[in-house]
Amino acid sequence: MGNKTSIRLMQGNEACAEGAVAAGMRFFAGYPITPSTEIAEELAFILPKVGGKFIQMEDEIASISAIIGASLTGAKSMTATSGPGFSLKQESIGFAAIAEVPCVIVNVMRVGPSTGVPTAPSQADVMQARWGTHGDHPVVVLCPTSVAETYTLIVEAFNISERWRIPVIFLMDEVIGHMREKVAIPDPGELNIVNRARPRCKPEDYLPFDADAGDGVVPPMADFGTGYRYHLTGLTHDRTGFPTTKRPEVDALIRRLDSKMDKAKQEVTFVDEVLTEDADIAVFAYGITARAGARAVRDARASGVSAGLLKVKTLWPFPEEHVERIASKVRAIVVPEMNMGQLVREVERASKGKTKVISLTRVDAEPISPQQILSALKEV
Amino acid sequence: MARKPITYYLREDKMPHIWCEGCGHGIVLSAVLRAIDSLNLDKNNVCVVSGIGCASRAPGYLDFDTLHTTHGRALAFATGIKMMKPNLDVIVLAGDGDLAAIGGNHLIHAARRNIDITTICFNNSIYGMTSGQYSPMTPTGKMATTAPYGHIEEPFDLCELVFAAGASFVGRGTAYHAAPLSRLIAKAIAQDGFAFVEAVSQCPTYFGRRNKMRNALVMLDWQKEHAVTKKAASRLSPDELEDKFIIGELGTRARPEYTKRYESIIEAATKETDDDV
Ligand SMILES: Cc1ncc(C[n+]2csc(CCOP(=O)(O)OP(=O)(O)O)c2C)c(N)n1
Ligand code: SF4
Ligand SMILES: [Mg+2]
Repeated sequence: MGNKTSIRLMQGNEACAEGAVAAGMRFFAGYPITPSTEIAEELAFILPKVGGKFIQMEDEIASISAIIGASLTGAKSMTATSGPGFSLKQESIGFAAIAEVPCVIVNVMRVGPSTGVPTAPSQADVMQARWGTHGDHPVVVLCPTSVAETYTLIVEAFNISERWRIPVIFLMDEVIGHMREKVAIPDPGELNIVNRARPRCKPEDYLPFDADAGDGVVPPMADFGTGYRYHLTGLTHDRTGFPTTKRPEVDALIRRLDSKMDKAKQEVTFVDEVLTEDADIAVFAYGITARAGARAVRDARASGVSAGLLKVKTLWPFPEEHVERIASKVRAIVVPEMNMGQLVREVERASKGKTKVISLTRVDAEPISPQQILSALKEV
Repeated sequence: MARKPITYYLREDKMPHIWCEGCGHGIVLSAVLRAIDSLNLDKNNVCVVSGIGCASRAPGYLDFDTLHTTHGRALAFATGIKMMKPNLDVIVLAGDGDLAAIGGNHLIHAARRNIDITTICFNNSIYGMTSGQYSPMTPTGKMATTAPYGHIEEPFDLCELVFAAGASFVGRGTAYHAAPLSRLIAKAIAQDGFAFVEAVSQCPTYFGRRNKMRNALVMLDWQKEHAVTKKAASRLSPDELEDKFIIGELGTRARPEYTKRYESIIEAATKETDDDV
C-alpha cells in the first residue's frame, strides 16, 4: 500500500476487470465468449479476494439476469460478452432500463452477424448497443480508445449507471480487449466513485418509483433485504412499482425514463477534441479507430493538411453538439468505422448539412489503418 | 406454531388480483403463505421472485421484497440475489411454461448448483396468460389452442428431472390438497439447498373448458381422484396407477449448498493474498 501510482503493462480486458473492481463492482456473472473471456477469468480470480463473487452462468441470458438480481441487493454488478452473447442479453437489458436497475454490460465487439469472425475486431454493434432491446429506453454507451482509458472509463460506466439507475453498455473492440499497453493505475483515493442514492424515508413512506423523492428524474433505490419491501416489474408501473396500463401513467413513465438521456447528457459525454481549434477538416472516430485517426491527423498536418480529431468515448447519448460545432467550421468530417457505416448517419444528422460527411468503412476483419484515413483526408 | 392472518403477508391495496374465478393459483399462493407463516419467517428477510405468466403475477400481491422478472429467468435473477445476500429466504414462484420451457435450462442448473432457493412451480399444464397454448406439462392427447388435434408430446416428470439434476428436495402437491401442500412447501423452504415443489393447479378458463372439464370444481375433483400418496400407490396395481400421479415428498438428500461452498473460494482467495504479503 502506498499512494504512488503504479505503472503496469496490462491487457485491455484485464484493465476492464480491474477498473470495474476499483469502481466497487462486487458481482460478476458471465458466460465465456471470445474475445471477452479474459474479463471473466480475471474476475473469477480477483473478485473473491475482495469479498466479491463471481459466477459462470449457464448462458448469457442467465448472466445478465443474475447481475440485475445482485444489483437489487445493493451490489455493483457487471457482465461481459461479445456479439452472439450480446444479442442474447438484449431482453433483460430492457428490464434493467424499465425497472431502473444499475448494471454494466461489457461487449467486446467481434465480427458479426452470427458467429462471424470470432477472433477479429469490429465496431458493428454500436446501433445494437443503443437500440438492441425492444421499446424506447435509456442506455448510455461508452467506448474506450486505449487500455489505460479502459481502466478509467469503466469506472465512469459504473458511476453513470449508479447515478442514473440505467444499464450502461461498455463497448470495447477485439483490438482494445486484447492489446497490451502501459497503464498508470490511479490510486484508489484518486478515483471519483459514485454510489446510487438510497431512500432516507421510513420504509412505510417509500414509493420506489417516485422520482420526486429524488431529483425529479431518478428515484432513490432501496436494497433488497433492508425492510423496504417493495415490488419491481418489467411491466409499466406506477410510483408504487405496481403494474399499470393507465395511459397517463404509462406515458409519464416512458417519458421520464427517456428523459434520463437528455438530463444525463452533459455529465456522461466524453469527447476529446484533438487539434480541432484551427482544423478545416475533421475525423470523427471511436474505439481503436480513434488511434488510427490520431495518427492520420498528425501525418496530415505534417503534409500541410489542417486536420483535427473528435475522439469520441461516449457514443450514446450521441454527442451532437460537438459534431454540430465542428461541422460549422470544417470542409468535411471523415468518419472511419469498422462496419458498413453506422454512426456516420448520426454524424450526418448532427451536421445539419453544414459540411460534407464522408464514410470510411472496413469489414474485412482488420482494423482501419492510419493510411486509409490519411488518404481520405488528402483527397477531400 | 405461529398463525398470523394471511392478510399479514398481502399487499391488500393491490387487490383485486388478476386471476379468473376458479383459478388454482390463489390456492397455491395461500399454501405458500401458510408455509411461510408456519416457519415464522421475518417479512423483511423474504424475497419472492417470479417470471412471466398468470402464476408469476403472485409476488405483486405479497408484502415482501418482490421481483417480477422476464419470462423464464426468475431463477437466474434469484441466483444473483441469493449470492449477494445469502441470508435472505429466496423463493421463486412461476408457471409450468415459465420454469419447464423457456426457463428449463435455468431450472436444471439451479438444481445442479444446489443453491438455496425454494421454487414452487404452479403447474396448470397450460400457458394460461397467453390463452391456452400447450406447455411442456400438457398431457398427451389433451387439447390446446396450439394442439387443435390433440397434443402429441409427452410431458416432463418435473420432480424426477429436478432431482436428477441435483436438487436437495423435490415434492408434489395439488391445489385440492392445500393443507398438505402447505406442509410440503414449508419443508422445502426449511431445506438447505435447492428445493422444488410442483403444485398441480387448475386453469378452468383455458385448460378446463377445452378439455371437457366444465369448471374449477370438476378440475379439483380430478386432482382429488388422480393424486395418490406414495403409500397409497404401493397398494395399487400398475393398471390402477396408469392415470395417477404421486404427491408428497419425493426426494431429499443432503448436499453442500452453493453459497456456502462459495465461502470456501473466498477463504482460499484471501488466504493466497495473505501469503503474497
Ligand atoms: C420471451 C417471452 N416469450 C413469450 C412471452 C409470452 N408469454 C407470456 S406468459 C407465457 C406462458 C405462461 O405460462 P405459464 O408459465 O405456464 O404460466 P401460467 O400463465 O399458465 O400461470 C408466455 C408464452 C413472453 N412474455 N416473453
Ligand atoms: S387464465 Fe387460467 S391460469 Fe390464468 S388466471 Fe385464468 S384460470 Fe388462472
Ligand atoms: Mg401454466
